[in-house]
Amino acid sequence: MISAQDLSKHYGEFKAVDAISFDVPAGESFGLLGPNGAGKSTTMRMIGGVSQRTSGALTIMGLDPEEHGPEVRAHLGVVPQQDNLDEELRVRDNLLVYGRYFGLPMSYLKPKADELLEFAQLTDKASAKVDALSGGMKRRLTIARSLINEPKILLLDEPTTGLDPQARHILWDRLFRLKESGVTLILTTHYMDEAEQLCDRLVVVDKGRIMAEGSPAQLIREHSTREVLELRFGSERNTTVAGELHGIGDRLEPLPDRILIYAHDAEAALDEVVARGLRPITSLVRRSSLEDVFLRLTGRSLID
Amino acid sequence: MTQHLTLEDYRIQASERRLTALYSRNARAVIARGLLATRSSNWMIMVSGFFEPVLYLLSMGVGLGALVGTVAGPDGQEISYAAYIAPALLAVSAMNGAVYDSTWNVFFKMNFAKLYQGMLYTSLGPLDVAIGEIFLALLRGALYATGFTAVMGLMGLLTTPVALLMIPAAVVVAFGFASFGMGITSFMKTFQQMEWVNFVMLPMFLFSATFYPLSVYPQGIQWFIQALPLWHGVELLRQISVASFSTATLIHLAYFLVMIVVGMLLTTLRLRKLFLK
Repeated sequence: MISAQDLSKHYGEFKAVDAISFDVPAGESFGLLGPNGAGKSTTMRMIGGVSQRTSGALTIMGLDPEEHGPEVRAHLGVVPQQDNLDEELRVRDNLLVYGRYFGLPMSYLKPKADELLEFAQLTDKASAKVDALSGGMKRRLTIARSLINEPKILLLDEPTTGLDPQARHILWDRLFRLKESGVTLILTTHYMDEAEQLCDRLVVVDKGRIMAEGSPAQLIREHSTREVLELRFGSERNTTVAGELHGIGDRLEPLPDRILIYAHDAEAALDEVVARGLRPITSLVRRSSLEDVFLRLTGRSLID
Repeated sequence: MTQHLTLEDYRIQASERRLTALYSRNARAVIARGLLATRSSNWMIMVSGFFEPVLYLLSMGVGLGALVGTVAGPDGQEISYAAYIAPALLAVSAMNGAVYDSTWNVFFKMNFAKLYQGMLYTSLGPLDVAIGEIFLALLRGALYATGFTAVMGLMGLLTTPVALLMIPAAVVVAFGFASFGMGITSFMKTFQQMEWVNFVMLPMFLFSATFYPLSVYPQGIQWFIQALPLWHGVELLRQISVASFSTATLIHLAYFLVMIVVGMLLTTLRLRKLFLK
């Protein structure tokens, strides 16, 4: 449904997106994972046809979004990184007016708007002003708005950034339901748990390039171990202790604030650390996550 | 959302129309949004824009006019100073409203309210947005012109029914400025650059034969003023106000028709720069 070949976007010398290629089949939930400034949002804007690519090819449902912007976007729902709700209109009017932009008739829009308010749990806020809504409510309204045209492809740019945990889970639930109904989801995120929860497949992006591609489980399997042991010895000692940990686990990753030991069995690794007479201030055994994949691929963590 | 999507649903048809990337023939949705927004929050700004030329007319026309007495109108007949400057003020208010709407307003909605960002992620193309915004600016201009003409009537400054043609003429003047203003905004990146718009507008307002005849200037300056759009607007409305038509009237009108065509062309060519980066 979406096909990108050597897609690039340059701003002068700066390569925001540098020759990336990917294909997304219908109904898939596809993620772009990477730190801020990796080129995720720029890619999203090119898919929406509101940003012109420097080179490469891009088709959405067989059409070039630059040549056929309005037609492609008729089937697209977009949730931008920053809410751009119409502050001059009330909550329900935001949905109705947005629907009019698609040329949809009022007879369709009125019941649809009510249905979406229900979906976003905003029914009792229908006639409230937008700036009276909380951050989570605004986000839900933005998502509701993106569904007004019953899109086949939904673009979500950092959908849950800035939300509290409860609001995030409500959103994830809503997105999961959409996915179940066959909507293709394209989402960018720098949250590992979000990518793991929502994405069938993802690409790890850094500095405008694709570093790896696969399902979350596949990526973890290929680029990390099953478990991770996190040790803290205090910021002074982390680097000096790292030398003494040599040979434990498959791989060692000393970070400024902690040391990560990648191992199939992290409990066993911890036992060995203690057996060597080392006393970490804190220790944590956990499953490997996409964060570790990213760290492995780029040498940097996702959230700085 | 209730039915599961199939591959069949993912097929879309490409349209063969021209300008399809820029225009989806739905500017009315932008207009409807503008009217709704005005109704629910912007009406105070609307009202203040109406009073500005009225206050000028009262202070300059009535106040200063008491000192000036009468002056020669376009057809050589003596008219009151208020009747002399009123059509000029109408032209100025058409210019100000149109320029404000097509420059500052567009700039703000573009860069701060992110309104167009939302619109352009729908089926709307940038040309729909531009046409819708220009139409709204003209509608507002028409309302102001009607109100101002009514005030002129109340003050006894209307001597002929032909003067009512000032209302459509003011809309033509506004159209010229609005189409050009939007094209110019596409080149603006910062607030400092936007200030240049005001820097050009104020002297044009003061020196375009608004408050006194062009003949006070030496020849060279006269030519310069005559090249500027506001002078043509002022003269056009002034001639209509006393029903004194000549070939000059047609030239003034033609000036604006050319300005509209060139302005719309510029705006269309710059749409991608204005709205899509």
